[in-house]
Amino acid sequence: MLGLEALDLARFQFAFTVSFHIIFPAFSIGLASYLMVLEGLWLKTGKEVYHNLYRFWIRIFAVAFGLGVVSGVVMAYEFGTNWSGFAEKAGDITGVLLTYEVLTAFFLEAGFLGIMLFGESRVSKRLHFFATCMVAIGTLISATWILASNSWMQTPAGFEIIDGRFEPVSWLQIIFNPSFPYRLLHMVLAAFISVSFLVGGVGGYHLLRDRTDPAARKMFSMAMWMAVVALPIQIMVGDAHGLNTLEHQPAKLAAMEGYWGPQPGETGVPLTLFGMPDMDSATTHYALEVPNVASLYLTHSLHGEIRGLKSFPRDEWPDVPLVFWSFRIMVGLGVAMLGMGVLGLFLRWRHKLYESRWFHRLTVYTLPAGFIALVAGWVTTEGGRQPWVIYGLMRTVDAASPLHVGSVAASLSGFVVVYAIIFGIGVYYITKLVRMEPMGAIPEGGPGHERQPKRSFSAVEHDLDDTEERHS
Amino acid sequence: MSFEFDLPVIWLFLIGFAIAMYVVMDGFSLGVGILFPFVKPDDHRDVMMNSVAPVWDGNQTWMILGGAGLYGAFPLAYAVYLPAMYLPLILMVLALIFRGIAFEFRFKSTRSRPFFDAVFSGGSMIATFSQGVVLGGIIQGVNVVDRQYSGGAFDWLSPFSMFTGLALVLGYGLLGASWLIVKTEGGLQRRFYYLARPFAILLAVAMAVVSIWTPLANSRIFDIWFTMPNMLWLAVMPILFLLLVYSIIKGIIERHERLIFVKSIALFVLGLVGLVISFFPLIIPPSITVWEAASSSKSQSFLIVGYCVLIPVIMAYTFYSYRVFRGKVRIGEGYHH
Repeated sequence: MLGLEALDLARFQFAFTVSFHIIFPAFSIGLASYLMVLEGLWLKTGKEVYHNLYRFWIRIFAVAFGLGVVSGVVMAYEFGTNWSGFAEKAGDITGVLLTYEVLTAFFLEAGFLGIMLFGESRVSKRLHFFATCMVAIGTLISATWILASNSWMQTPAGFEIIDGRFEPVSWLQIIFNPSFPYRLLHMVLAAFISVSFLVGGVGGYHLLRDRTDPAARKMFSMAMWMAVVALPIQIMVGDAHGLNTLEHQPAKLAAMEGYWGPQPGETGVPLTLFGMPDMDSATTHYALEVPNVASLYLTHSLHGEIRGLKSFPRDEWPDVPLVFWSFRIMVGLGVAMLGMGVLGLFLRWRHKLYESRWFHRLTVYTLPAGFIALVAGWVTTEGGRQPWVIYGLMRTVDAASPLHVGSVAASLSGFVVVYAIIFGIGVYYITKLVRMEPMGAIPEGGPGHERQPKRSFSAVEHDLDDTEERHS
Repeated sequence: MSFEFDLPVIWLFLIGFAIAMYVVMDGFSLGVGILFPFVKPDDHRDVMMNSVAPVWDGNQTWMILGGAGLYGAFPLAYAVYLPAMYLPLILMVLALIFRGIAFEFRFKSTRSRPFFDAVFSGGSMIATFSQGVVLGGIIQGVNVVDRQYSGGAFDWLSPFSMFTGLALVLGYGLLGASWLIVKTEGGLQRRFYYLARPFAILLAVAMAVVSIWTPLANSRIFDIWFTMPNMLWLAVMPILFLLLVYSIIKGIIERHERLIFVKSIALFVLGLVGLVISFFPLIIPPSITVWEAASSSKSQSFLIVGYCVLIPVIMAYTFYSYRVFRGKVRIGEGYHH
């Protein structure tokens, strides 16, 4: 009854909705922490520039948070609507983790977001800072639960299978499963880096307009510090995560490397820089290889061996070109971003950080680099997990709901159209906001004020239809 | 191990609580959108939206909790009902996205305001109708084979589910009107007193029809309600129903500002209790009980710790938030203190 097409559409739908969604939580994780730092520095130093930056970025945070909320509602229901096999077999574990996310993170964020967005003029500075910290911590708690759940699907632990269902044995082992610490750190750093390039790009944009603008200089400087500090750490964490994948998900790692198996007369695994992996002939065409380098970073020995794809049954291979290429996009952008960070440090040393217009322009171009790398990384890890939904234990084909092609096609079209519209509105609005001068008025609202919104988007007090009179 | 045996029943009530919180709280928020077509002036619509603006976000979070809780505590029910109600549920989340977006952008635009008005109102109505259809679909039952939904894509579609969809629109409409009576004054308040009456009468009729239709279409439910000695003590349900309807309508005529809202909530709770009576101990009629659908006791007991610690905190914040935003909303201004 379940045609392959319904499964393909369901997979595409999940990939589409979750890729769309993940951008905004990453946005919120990074920006909430940045706002916490800005407000903390303002309280500590009393410098107005931090306060101005806080007010500038909180409006953008509000829009991104709102988009995260509406696209997140879809995710909570999709596990059941499209993946009922998975929900029924693994709900004892993943359903519980999701519920804890709602209870500990969603309500915490909702609880303090209102004060954070609109409470500046009605609560003490300390209480307001406390609210900002709670929202920032809420985004991190949320990341913790959802990555515990995802990591458990990648490297399941602490369970037993009873009548085909996954039942918990040890919650500690379930949450702190083998890949969880690496994955959590990798994701949170990715969110911080994405936002630092966003902030850097916006700072660069404003420096191009006026290189004496103190707020633009400050945000540009902070972003460049973040880039040069966070990227080396991220690359080390990524390397450790890769070794963890080699240990627990060797087929995924072989696909990431595009490594089919040892060639006759060859010892060691080459680093394949580029090439066209071909699953039918189990070779990589036009491969540009550096001998033994992958052995070096994977086994820390020149002639160390890893398992090639050919040593796995054909029906346990992920889609090799997808994993191979998405991994290269992520790593390539990571290296490029590291280069930007180092360049920034060099220019700072030469006292040219605020003078080099070409570098400011470059930061505007690389503004989305972190987000693209982040999505590419998720494609690598989720695509590389295939054909499993729970690695090595449950296949994706068994996880799908018994749905008809027509139903999934209809819902998929609905999501594509609706997301295109709301993404369009959101991006249009964020673009308008980042172009404004980074000096803003204290946001109004709350009881006793006109419009008293406690909701995210309404932190933005500007008319969409610029030219016309705002209604009051 | 009677504690383990009882956990699923406790969980049924905890999930029922989250659903009740959602239905009542987002019920009046969606009701405001349902009433939009009956109120034309722009500044009146501002007041209506302002009355729910500070709280609708939190209200909707209860739906996420209900869904996630079902997933964690009764994964089988989650895995059967969500694919079975696929199309109405997808329609509901899409409508809720539009409702949320309209909420945010209506205030920020002048030129496209009529568009966002229509999106807000249409989104609210479609979301409500879809929820009512899901309710009807669940009451009429779904086919399950081997712990999987085995019916078609349109099994939920029936005159009965269309009727429950309509009934819920009326129900949320009444909740919206009685909420707005509390939050407004003067001419606008009179408008909602005027609107509340037909909504209350039509809802009462619709609930009566559903209450009669359900046992007639379903012999198992008929046996629960119409056999001795059940029939005697269950007779209290229709009596309570009639008393509530009478006092709501009386309250509307005599202008009992706050009590109408409280009694409308009571009417919803009564309906939910009736549903539990018709279902318990089944969670997917005709054969799957709450115990069979429950996740392992290790899952349910781990979850219950978090629930018991965090729900009171969440309730405290919610209460605080409503207190902060209490009072009448006036035309051309925000909250008055």
